[in-house]
Amino acid sequence: MKIDLTDTTASKINKALVQGRRAIGTPAVGMVLTLVIVTDEEDAYDALKAANDASREHPSRTLVVIRRVSRSPRDRTSSRLDAEVRVGADAGTGETVVLRLYGEVSDHAQSVVLPLLLPDAPVVVWWPVGAPRDPAKDPLGALGQRRVTDSYSTEKPIDELRARAESYEPGDTDLAWARITPWRSVLAAALDQVSCEVISAEVTGEEFNPSVELLAMWLADRLHVHVRRGVSSGPGLTGVQLETTCGPISLHRPDGAMATLAVQGQPDRAVALKRRETSELIAEELRRLDPDDTYASALRFGVDRLGGSPSSVPRIPAPASPAVSAARLSVSDSASSSGPLSERADPVASASETASSARTSAPALPPASLSSSGDDDGDRPSPSQMPPVKKATSK
Amino acid sequence: MAPLSGTGANPLRDPADRRLPRIAGPSGLVIFGVTGDLSRKKLMPAVYDLANRGLLPPGFSLVGFARREWANEDFAQEVHDAVKEHARTPFREEVWQQLIQGMRFVQGTFDDDDAFERLRETIDELDKAQGTGGNFAFYLSVPPSAFPVVIQQLKKHGLADQTSDSWRRAVIEKPFGHDLESAKELNAIVHEVFAPDQVFRIDHYLGKETVQNILALRFANQMFEPIWNRSFVDHVQITMAEDIGIGGRAGYYDGIGAARDVIQNHLLQLMALTAMEEPASFDADALAAEKTKVLGGVRLPKDLGRDTVRGQYAAGWQGGEKVIGYLEEDGIDRNSKTDTYAAIKLEVDNRRWAGVPFYLRTGKRLGRRVTEIAVVFQRAPHSPFDTTATEELGQNAVVIRVQPDEGVTVRFGSKVPGTSMEIRDVSMDFAYGESFTESSPEAYERLILDVLLGDSNLFPRTEEVELSWEILDPIEDYWEKNGRPAQYPAGTWGPVEADQMLQRDGRSWRRP
Repeated sequence: MKIDLTDTTASKINKALVQGRRAIGTPAVGMVLTLVIVTDEEDAYDALKAANDASREHPSRTLVVIRRVSRSPRDRTSSRLDAEVRVGADAGTGETVVLRLYGEVSDHAQSVVLPLLLPDAPVVVWWPVGAPRDPAKDPLGALGQRRVTDSYSTEKPIDELRARAESYEPGDTDLAWARITPWRSVLAAALDQVSCEVISAEVTGEEFNPSVELLAMWLADRLHVHVRRGVSSGPGLTGVQLETTCGPISLHRPDGAMATLAVQGQPDRAVALKRRETSELIAEELRRLDPDDTYASALRFGVDRLGGSPSSVPRIPAPASPAVSAARLSVSDSASSSGPLSERADPVASASETASSARTSAPALPPASLSSSGDDDGDRPSPSQMPPVKKATSK
Repeated sequence: MAPLSGTGANPLRDPADRRLPRIAGPSGLVIFGVTGDLSRKKLMPAVYDLANRGLLPPGFSLVGFARREWANEDFAQEVHDAVKEHARTPFREEVWQQLIQGMRFVQGTFDDDDAFERLRETIDELDKAQGTGGNFAFYLSVPPSAFPVVIQQLKKHGLADQTSDSWRRAVIEKPFGHDLESAKELNAIVHEVFAPDQVFRIDHYLGKETVQNILALRFANQMFEPIWNRSFVDHVQITMAEDIGIGGRAGYYDGIGAARDVIQNHLLQLMALTAMEEPASFDADALAAEKTKVLGGVRLPKDLGRDTVRGQYAAGWQGGEKVIGYLEEDGIDRNSKTDTYAAIKLEVDNRRWAGVPFYLRTGKRLGRRVTEIAVVFQRAPHSPFDTTATEELGQNAVVIRVQPDEGVTVRFGSKVPGTSMEIRDVSMDFAYGESFTESSPEAYERLILDVLLGDSNLFPRTEEVELSWEILDPIEDYWEKNGRPAQYPAGTWGPVEADQMLQRDGRSWRRP
């Protein structure tokens, strides 16, 4: 059932919700949370679809806040709220209200959302695109116990991660983090089986994918070892290699679906690691509403302390730089990132070879433009501490 | 190296990291009687669902053992079909590809030494090819008579021998014997080969979300526990009703009956969870200690003839379908005294429950399929309303619906809208389907995972099984020596004798 309201107010929307529920005969509701989706018209459809799918697991009231762009000065002075109330089969297992805000009211979206929140139930705010710099301080974000961003959907994921780390408040999470849960669980399970110490690690994945950085930071944070970020052509994350005191452990997923877990002294094993739909990610996010301390800790480790991370380019000479230059956001030459992943290549030779080619093709940038702060310098391992590492190369 | 199964030794594990699921270590599952119904409908789909949720280790292996002449591929096809038909989660090719690599089939009978030798070779081969690390659980989905043979064969061929860095576990299904003596015998047979902590007795009821929720409801909340005692509770009714008859299980069922089949394990476990004191912690030992205390404190009624009832379903109409009576079922002796309905009254001798009766009933061909625990409270000691106002008011109740439509209902009185004061029962409902996932994990999923993880929280122990038989044996003895089961028409809520049994106490059965 769908009720359209034009030029309306929150109290009229509330009435329409009650009316809709009565009409379909379920006045008692078991909804467990309110999900606020802040998006633009372009992404609203996909986000709502994912939320409806997720509502099968978490019956919720979904409020979609769409700020309409005003194209003329006259539009900007007038202010209007339109709403589309959906209950029953049209709204997954909960209720959905799509709010369209025109003109001035779009700066006061929280005043519309606040009266529509379910009583005594948690609120989750999700920005599929265009998350604010500081989600917790955002007027809409402040309404939520949980604020979900997606750094994968931004132009500059690395900058985004830095900003997230700076503005982190308990309750913040990112879908790029949810994407790597299966990887983390397989890696943890692999380490359950061996009693060796990890010496170093490398995480490889496509270039503009913050999940790769997050996984690398998590490993670095938990293992206290040097972790390098390698670049491959994807899809998504393609591999993790842990060097341990009893040989390498590698998890390699070339096709985005099936991965191979190789542990020294054990047969190779296949693991299903399919890239997941947004609805599954959202469902995972909604499963736990307490602050994700592990995410906070990994995030705060800092992208800049990763081997091969953009800001460390100019400081580290040979071994780490190929990945570095490829991962750098402003590099125009993307050839170095699209090459095949050659695992068997002689590490030292290929590394230095590509390093030099990378240097020539992409002249070093001043570090200041990318590096957020110099606080971490002391913790950063010096180049000589880093063992040579196999990585993606271009031939 | 011993698998650490998620303890603090692994730097990637962090108790605060609640996204990471518990994944079983490298291991495999061997199912005996893999062609059976249980295996096809429950076990295989559960294994797939676990894999689909990413809870099985890479390289997990599934070995089927049965008489049928199958190659590995036939077995894989059979599992494939079973999974497609019965799995809870959607079928995904890559998950299937992961599973299929570890699937093997061993053909043979239980007394066939060669077959067990082949099984051992298969396991050795899997250790090499799949990296299962020697960790295997043997699921005995076989008739009780085949039990001792299989266990002995496992011992004889060294399949039950665990080394310091691997484990071998046995998973057994009810019935755990048919009386105290046979249960002890069975335990002796199993424990001779497997250490007690490596034996997992599956009572699938305990794997159900709602049953685990009894503990959450009672001990995580403040509003129920203070009134969960003799000062406020009038009585407790635990019901497990089935609408089906015995179907093709005549051979198993005749001579066993409803009480042994259901009360001894499921209902007494539900009663123990409802009545037990708060455990010191949520670990297996603490839980078992509390459950054992309650079961040990159970007191039987003095007059067994008065406070127990058994029945047999007679021909009748069940939900619009004409069905035959128990004695007319195929393969049942016309003079059989086996009970298809049993109702008993128990009390618990402790300070919390003294004088509060627990009515347990179960039966086949009853009104509908339902399992529930109803805690019925006393009436308000004083009512300011006159009797006409509260005429329609019943007793308050908290009802835990175990299946189907899992949830909790609270029943209390409320004023009927209108000018006169009139109070009537209303119910407040919490349904799992409404507030949580569309489908909770199947009980078998949870239990199989727990076996692989070695977590025995949800499995009854030897002492619990033996105590349960001690409760039931005198009743069965009495029934054996006195009278015959009462007849009740199929599709009703049991014999009138059962209603009279509660009437004598001034109570009545709930219609579940």
